[in-house]
Amino acid sequence: MSGALGTLALAGLLAIPALGALLLALIPNYRVSAAVNVMLCALTLGCAVLLYAYRPAASLYLLVDDVNTVFLIVTALVGFTTSAFSAGYIAHELQGGRLRKKDLRFYHAMYQVLMLAMNVALVSNNIGLMWVGIEVATLTTVVMVGLYRTNAALEAAWKYFILGSVGIALALFGTILVYLAAQEHLGQGLAAMAWDRLVSSSGRCDPALLNLAFVFLLLGYGTKVGLVPVHAWLPDAHAEGPTPISAVLSGLLLNVALFALLRFKLIMAGNPGVIAPGPLMITLGLVSLIFAGFMLFRRRDIKRLFAYSSIEHMGIITLAFGLGGPLANFAGLLHMAMHSLTKSGIFFGVGYVSQLEGTQRIADIQGLTRSQPLLGWLLVAAVVAIAGMPPFGVFTAEFLLISSTFARSIWLAIPLVLGIAIAFSALMYRLHGVAFGETSHRHALPRYRLAPMGLHLLLVAIAGVYLPVAVVTWFRHVASLLG
Amino acid sequence: MSPFDTDIAHLLAGSMLLVSFLLLYQDRMFALLNVFALQACGLALSVAWQAYLQQAPQLFITAVIALGFKGIIIPVALHRIIVRLGIHRSIETVIGMGPTMLFGMALVGLSIMVMLPVTQAAGTFVREDLAFALSIVLLGLLMMVTRRNAVSQVIGFMSLENGLVLAATGARGMPLVVEISVAFSVLIAFIVIGIFLFRIRERFDTVDLHALELSGGEST
Repeated sequence: MSGALGTLALAGLLAIPALGALLLALIPNYRVSAAVNVMLCALTLGCAVLLYAYRPAASLYLLVDDVNTVFLIVTALVGFTTSAFSAGYIAHELQGGRLRKKDLRFYHAMYQVLMLAMNVALVSNNIGLMWVGIEVATLTTVVMVGLYRTNAALEAAWKYFILGSVGIALALFGTILVYLAAQEHLGQGLAAMAWDRLVSSSGRCDPALLNLAFVFLLLGYGTKVGLVPVHAWLPDAHAEGPTPISAVLSGLLLNVALFALLRFKLIMAGNPGVIAPGPLMITLGLVSLIFAGFMLFRRRDIKRLFAYSSIEHMGIITLAFGLGGPLANFAGLLHMAMHSLTKSGIFFGVGYVSQLEGTQRIADIQGLTRSQPLLGWLLVAAVVAIAGMPPFGVFTAEFLLISSTFARSIWLAIPLVLGIAIAFSALMYRLHGVAFGETSHRHALPRYRLAPMGLHLLLVAIAGVYLPVAVVTWFRHVASLLG
Repeated sequence: MSPFDTDIAHLLAGSMLLVSFLLLYQDRMFALLNVFALQACGLALSVAWQAYLQQAPQLFITAVIALGFKGIIIPVALHRIIVRLGIHRSIETVIGMGPTMLFGMALVGLSIMVMLPVTQAAGTFVREDLAFALSIVLLGLLMMVTRRNAVSQVIGFMSLENGLVLAATGARGMPLVVEISVAFSVLIAFIVIGIFLFRIRERFDTVDLHALELSGGEST
C-alpha cells in the first residue's frame, strides 16, 4: 500500500511539472498562468512531502531514499514560495515595461521545466540521468537569465552558458569514467550506472580510474555549485536575471549540483584505495568562503552582493560535507536548508527593493526601514540571519560546524572562523546605509506580497530557537548515511 | 575484436584529433565551419563503426545525429548567421597561433600521460580511445579560451562535445548515450538560435566578446 502511494507521489513529482510546462505554454493570460504556476508548485510540494512518508521501490532509473527527500522537500518548498513571489514581481515588471506579455508565457513554462529538471536530477538513480537533469536545469536558467535582453543580461547569460556548459561537459567525462570503472564488475548496461549498485560495489572498482573521475566531477559539478575558482558565472547570472530566478538559482540549483557531488563522494567512500575526496572539498570550500568574504566588501550592486554571499555559504556547506562525520554532516545539511530558505527570502525582499527604488545600486538605496518599514525590517532580519547571528537557524548550523571543526583541527577552524567573520562584517557594513540611511522616499507595497519572505524568515527563526525533534532525528539519520 | 577492427577505430578517432588541431589554427570563419563539419563527419563514422563492432544498433541513431545535426544543419545555420551579421572576415584570438599549437600538443601529451596509466585494466582498445577523446575535449576547451568571438566559441564547445560523444561510445555498452547526445544537441540548438534571435550584433555592434565585457559587470 505504502509503496503504491509512494510510486504515485513520485510519478506526480515528475509528471506535474512536465504537463504543467505544456499547459503554461498554452495560456496567453499572464494572471491566469501565474496562478496556475503557484498551484502546480503547491501540488509538487504535496508530492514531495508524501515521498517523505511513503517510499516507492527503487528502480534502475529512479530512487527515493532518505538523503534525497531532504533536498526534494527543500526544493519543492522554495519552488512553491518563489512562484508565489514571482506572481507579484512579474506584474510589476510588466507595468514597468521591462517584460512583455509573450515573455511571460515562456517564463512560466520554463519555470516548470526547471522544477522538472531539478526533480529529475534529485530522484535519479542513474548517474547519466542525473547529468541530463542538471544539464536541462542549466539550459533553462541560461535562457531565463537572458530574459530582459539588456546588454548586461545577454552578457551574463552568455558567460553562464559558456562556463556552465564547460562544467557539465567535464562532469559528463567524469560520469563516463565512473561507468568504465564499474562495468568490469557490474557488467555492461544500466546496472553499471545505477547509483545504489555503484555504492555497494565501488570497493571492487579500479581506484585510479575513480580518482580521475572524481577530479572531473568535482570541477564539473563544482562549477555549478559556484566554488571558487570556477564561480565566475554566478554573480552575473544572479544580478542580471529576473529576481525570482536569482532566488531559485541561489536557493535550489546550487544545492542540486552539490547533491550530485555528494552522491559521487559516497561512491568514492566505498573504495579504500582512492584518494579521500574530503580534503579536496575542504580546500575548495575554504577558498570559496574567504575569497567571497573579501569580495563582499567591494560590491556596489545589491544582487551581486548577495550572489557573493551565496558563494560564501556554498563554500561553508562544501567544507562541512568535506569534513564528514555525523556532526559536520548534520551541520552541513542544516546549513544547506537554512541557507536556501534565508537566501531566497532575501532575494524576494531585494526584488521588491530594486523595483520600488528603481535601482540595484547599493549607494542609491537608503533608509529602507523608513521608506517601507515592513520590507526594511524584514530585510534587516534576513541579512542578520544570513550573516550567522542568533536567533536564526544559520547560526545554529555555523555554530555546530565551527565546534566540530575545532574538535578536528585548530588549523582548519581558524580560517573558517575568520572567513565567517569577514563576511559578517562586510554584510553589516553594507546593510547599514541600505536599512538606516537618510531618505525622503515613501513606498507603498501591499503587505500580502511580503508573505513568502515572512514565511521563510519564520521557519529559519523557529529552526534557530527550537529545532523540532522529528527534524533532528531525520537529519541525524541522513547525516549518518552521508558518511 | 580483431586487431584490424581496433585499427580502424583508432584511425577514425585519430583523424578527429587531427581535425581538432586544424580547428585551432583556422583564422577564417567559413573555413572554421567547414573544418568543424569535417570533424562531425569523422565522429559520425567513428560512432557508426562502434555501433557495428559492439552490435549496438541504437548507436547508429547517435551517428545519424552527429552527421545530420552537427555535420550539416548547424554549419549551414551558422554560415547564414555569419553572412547576416557580416562577421566573416577574420577571427580575433587571444594568443598567437604558434603558442596555441604548442599548448595544444602539450595538452595531448598530458591526456596520454593521464589516461594510459589509469586505464591499465580496461584493455588497449578503451584506453587509447579514451586518450584520444580526452585530447579532443581539452583541445575544444583550449579553443574556447583562445577565441574571443562568440561563433567560434560555440564551435569550440561543439568540438569538445564531439570528444565526449567519442568517449561515451567507446565505453562499451554505456546506456543513455543516445539520450545524452540528444540532450547536447538541444543545448547547442538553443544557443545557436539564441545567437541569432538575440542578434548580439545589433546590441553590441560586434559579436566580439571582448566588447561585451566592457558593457557589463559593475561599471557604475
